[in-house]
Amino acid sequence: MLSEALVKQFKEIVGPANVMEGEADRHAYSYDSAVLQPVVPALVVRPENSEALGKVVKLCGENGLPLTVRGSGTNLSGGTIPDPRDGIVVLTNALNRILEINEEDMYAVVQPGVITAKFAAEVARRGLFYPPDPGSQAVSTLGGNVAENAGGLRGLKYGVTKNYVMGVNFFDTEGELIVTGSRTVKCVTGLNLAGLMVGSEGTLGVFNDIILKLVPPPAANKAMMVLYDDVAKASESVAAIIAAKIVPCTLEFLDNFTIRTVEDFAHAGLPVEAKALLLIEVDGHPAQVADEAAQVEAICKKMGATKIQVAQSAEERNKVWEARRAALSALARVRPTTVLEDATVPRSKIPAMIHALDEIAAKYKLLIGTFGHAGDGNLHPTILTDRRDPHEFERVEKAVDEIFEVALSLGGTLSGEHGIGMAKSKWLAKETSRGTILYSRRLKKALDPKSILNPGKILGEE
Amino acid sequence: MADVRELRRLLLELDDQLVSCMRCGMCQAVCPLYAETGREALVARGKIVLLEQLAHEMIKDPEGVKDKLETCLLCGACAASCPSGVKVLDIFLKARAVLAGYLGLPPVKRLIFRGLLVRPGLFNALLSLGSKFQGLFTRPVSEMLGSSCARFSSEVLGDRHFPALAGEPLHKTVPSLDEPRKAGGLKVAFFPGCMVDKVFPRVGAAVLKVLAHHQVAVFLPANQACCGIPALSSGDRPSFQKLVDMNLERFAGGDFDYLVTPCATCTSTIKKFWPSLAGADPAKRETLDKLAAKTLDINAFLVDVLKVQGTGVPGAHDRKVTVHDPCHLKKSLGVAAQPRAVVRLNPNVDLVEMAEADVCCGCGGSFTLLHYDLAQKIGKKKRDNIVASGAQTVATGCPACMLQITDMLSKAGDQVAVRHPVELYAETLD
Repeated sequence: MLSEALVKQFKEIVGPANVMEGEADRHAYSYDSAVLQPVVPALVVRPENSEALGKVVKLCGENGLPLTVRGSGTNLSGGTIPDPRDGIVVLTNALNRILEINEEDMYAVVQPGVITAKFAAEVARRGLFYPPDPGSQAVSTLGGNVAENAGGLRGLKYGVTKNYVMGVNFFDTEGELIVTGSRTVKCVTGLNLAGLMVGSEGTLGVFNDIILKLVPPPAANKAMMVLYDDVAKASESVAAIIAAKIVPCTLEFLDNFTIRTVEDFAHAGLPVEAKALLLIEVDGHPAQVADEAAQVEAICKKMGATKIQVAQSAEERNKVWEARRAALSALARVRPTTVLEDATVPRSKIPAMIHALDEIAAKYKLLIGTFGHAGDGNLHPTILTDRRDPHEFERVEKAVDEIFEVALSLGGTLSGEHGIGMAKSKWLAKETSRGTILYSRRLKKALDPKSILNPGKILGEE
Repeated sequence: MADVRELRRLLLELDDQLVSCMRCGMCQAVCPLYAETGREALVARGKIVLLEQLAHEMIKDPEGVKDKLETCLLCGACAASCPSGVKVLDIFLKARAVLAGYLGLPPVKRLIFRGLLVRPGLFNALLSLGSKFQGLFTRPVSEMLGSSCARFSSEVLGDRHFPALAGEPLHKTVPSLDEPRKAGGLKVAFFPGCMVDKVFPRVGAAVLKVLAHHQVAVFLPANQACCGIPALSSGDRPSFQKLVDMNLERFAGGDFDYLVTPCATCTSTIKKFWPSLAGADPAKRETLDKLAAKTLDINAFLVDVLKVQGTGVPGAHDRKVTVHDPCHLKKSLGVAAQPRAVVRLNPNVDLVEMAEADVCCGCGGSFTLLHYDLAQKIGKKKRDNIVASGAQTVATGCPACMLQITDMLSKAGDQVAVRHPVELYAETLD
């Protein structure tokens, strides 16, 4: 239990209306989008300005209170589930101002609670482009995106969040503001602490503001939907497109189970017999787009595509993307619980991975739909289950273990974009090494001696 | 029900629905209350988790959960954009009933629902008395909007600006109708709803005028009861059931092809909640399902069934009209194009779209009575969008929205009229 005196101090810092201590309010911050057990925080605070944020961190530091920063709570690995030992949840959703968009120098400075899609829309309104587009962008915060190093559909060509972070100013556990990076394209001043913050899941510092790189938007784009009667032909097409030195901005894959489920749900006219479907979009200068789209079409045909449908208008392009947008919704309706994984393999290994997923689904008698970012090998095997059935859920856990085993054996990684959080920390040593974990823990210990910054995430409990 | 185990048992009956929420949090993008407060306990995901945790004994305090559950506009924006199709409103209405059963209805609501609403005759008589004496307590503030405010400091009225109760409610001017079909034409049952009957009878008159113009025969049974949504949203399912049963009885003898209402909320209640929440008895369920299938919003009836076209007469185009989408039309029933088409039937108006036309106006039925502060903050955004559109008139197919928008515009001193789309069409038929 937190002492009344401490609660009072928090109220003095952020104002009484921004401190939530009631049971119902606290329970509403005990979870995120990961399928994990909830943990109820002792207190929830919502600073409205940077000064209050710094003071909150300092107060937590002084009292050894574990703090978990939360944007919109959409992460899929339990990174925003608070600590059971008097955990404090620090909300960033009142720190939601875009501080600057500089069109001349093409960067923006934002507070951590700015919503990704709103930011991207504002940037677009100024004639620029912020490419990272995680699936949760309509609600996710930029602070959360940086802390998780979020990806999205455009990763293949445009990279992920880390490729757009020019600087992060953050508070250390003493409430000291640490200044990193700069507004310049080049900057080698000091250690690359901004780089260290990206993907640190709230374990090394509390973001105050973030400098993000912006790019010019592509002038044109072209999308197409390509069908296959064999998964191998689809992934050979992916490899052949890249080998032809074409980098589409998106290259998405849907497996047969997902195609059938989407068709059942959306009646978009998808052929349910297709074994695989690729959604490909190229963008850039109009002439280049026309040329590349023709080449991609030719390659897919050569690799044995059964049907290619090129969008001729914005409306048709929208229709092409409908199938992909509906994928998770459609799958989520099949069973009560949706376990969305993101084990990632080198793209040449996609057929092997998909073959393994089919075997795992059969072995554990589970429904698994797979879709995702074929261009970067980041598939989303989605297990459809019911977490209330302990026997089935045990099989789910075993299946997830095996998915990771396979991904690692194929030279892949545990997580392409969802983060490690609490959900995957136990597998970390398998992909890296014991030394890596000890090194990371020493780093964490040096920067956060009392272990108050989102303890237990990524590196597990010591 | 004073037993907490019974409360949990009843909540666990909702478990299959609760578990379908995958916690993605996409509801945060569309919830007007979340936009205003940033509080997870007020967004659908948070409320669903709270119900689940209460059911599974992880939360001790049902009162706290009830409080969050009732801080909701029931606008359905979350359900309309939910990736996993969670039936949010269904869950919330059932849970409100379970919690009201455990914690009891507040005395005022008990009096209104059980003493008044289920006795339409008494309800009408009292309100008619009220309309005669309201001048003593209220004074007119805007002639254009027809709004009034309290003369003296009043706890109930606060600083609201509201349309006065009509001098002659619709049921006084047109107590009942049962017209023969005109040359084998269509016949509709007309359900004006309480708000149109008592506050906006001019909308009811406009509907009757339009129907007559299109040779549609009308069946309007006397002594109609409230559709039941105020009782249902307060968790009073017995009163809700009683009101549905009374209406069923009134409409049972009628021979009609469609049931039309000019109230988005009534339409959505009859279509969505009468069958699912008042149809425990299978035979009744069948009757309610059939009635629901016949029920249409008046705009949808004019456009989709009658296929009304404009007269083609060139008009003056001297009035800009903007349209507000009631939640219970667009999000609940997918009716959004039809009210606009009806507005366009008036050749004198130009339709201009406002920003965020389909965001809730903040009324939420009795929400505005319990949470006037929040309702006003949300309503203020709607008012700003209406004014920014440059329109002289805002049209909306829901009398509750009309009431809320009137309050917001009147308070700001705006010269913008509030009309039902059907009124704009009816005025061209003279």
